[in-house]
Amino acid sequence: MTVKLVVVSHSEKIADGAVELAAQMAPDVLILPAGGTDDGRIGTSLERVMAALEQAGDVNSDGIVVLTDLGSAVMTAESAVEFLADPSSVLLADAPLIEGLVAAAVAAQAGADAAGVKEAAEAVYRPPAAAQHVHEHRPPEATGDFELINQAGMHARPAAKIAGGLSGMDAEVSVNGADGASMTELMMLGAVRGTVLHIEASGPDADKAVDYLRGLITAGFGEP
Amino acid sequence: MGLDVNWALRWLTLSAQAMAEHRKELIELDRPIGDSDHGENMDRGFKAVMVKIAEAPPETAGAALKLTAMTLMSKVGGAAGPLYGTAFLRAGTALGEASDIDAATLASAFQAARDGIVARGKAESGDKTMVDAWTPAVDAATAAAGDSDVLKVLVAAAEAAEAGAVSTDPMLARKGRASYLGERSIGHRDPGAVSSALILRAAVGAVE
Repeated sequence: MTVKLVVVSHSEKIADGAVELAAQMAPDVLILPAGGTDDGRIGTSLERVMAALEQAGDVNSDGIVVLTDLGSAVMTAESAVEFLADPSSVLLADAPLIEGLVAAAVAAQAGADAAGVKEAAEAVYRPPAAAQHVHEHRPPEATGDFELINQAGMHARPAAKIAGGLSGMDAEVSVNGADGASMTELMMLGAVRGTVLHIEASGPDADKAVDYLRGLITAGFGEP
Repeated sequence: MGLDVNWALRWLTLSAQAMAEHRKELIELDRPIGDSDHGENMDRGFKAVMVKIAEAPPETAGAALKLTAMTLMSKVGGAAGPLYGTAFLRAGTALGEASDIDAATLASAFQAARDGIVARGKAESGDKTMVDAWTPAVDAATAAAGDSDVLKVLVAAAEAAEAGAVSTDPMLARKGRASYLGERSIGHRDPGAVSSALILRAAVGAVE
């Protein structure tokens, strides 16, 4: 049981492509595209969005998170939710479409609830300074230093695995100063093979988070 | 004497005619400050409304406006779809099952439509959007409703919306794609305000 995702874009190709991209990192998450108008033009269609929401809602009741592109896609998504029998089951994430969708998909794959998936999507938006500020207040309760051994170092898939796994835990985690829950920040570290990652974690799941990262990093994220 | 479903159906038919007749004009208005598709989108949306009405004629004015809402939201494509869709949805809900719409109910339906547009688009008066046609229209309609004459309410709304559309000329766009143009949006009339005035004018012509 995972949270479902719906992608509302002005372009059918963008919606389909975004779903394809995110599905690579979250194979067990149902992600439905609702792009373009009914007759295949650029624009958004209430019918397409409602059809996607209804299809996602039929599968189970874990909740649905909607990602949107430009202005009127947001309005169409809001309108569709207004028409639904149970609007509370749907959350709209205010996030950049592609980065937000990938972060949301990874969080959903890791078992986060709807609010957690929305939060994962919206976290990609925040400037790194704001995220680091939060970490300063709490001393770490668990730490660890692990060397990156996989050939490609910290690229999208490892960053997604780290951020995705952590989104399901009650812990604040920093990786060389970057927010461990933010795929974008992790990728911006530009850490290559051989880099030692310093992990600091606090919160009830601090130990679990460090153990999780030890497992991932020392196994090279399952990559060569 | 109030308004009924036949008025609503004539209103929608006249609106569809107005969108077809002014299609080019709306496209021209949208070209410098938008993506030149407003006329095309509105024409297509209201043509689709005509098809839906012909397939299953609604039995109340409220039902006719709700059907219009669903259709516009699905067929228009641009921002005008969810905005007009929400307007017609909220107006239709305000009319409810009424078969004899009086002046006060009519004014409150316009008010609900305007509130829906504001809630959906987050625009305020002076942002150079359709709100600049709708807000004066609602104010005029509400003031005119005291005379209990539906025609007076409709005429007041249409005249105020037309003046409101003209008033967008010197405004600096703060919402929608026109806002990307900043100062260069000044001197152009907002196409959404013009189409709103055309629709409210069609409501007058629909009275027999």
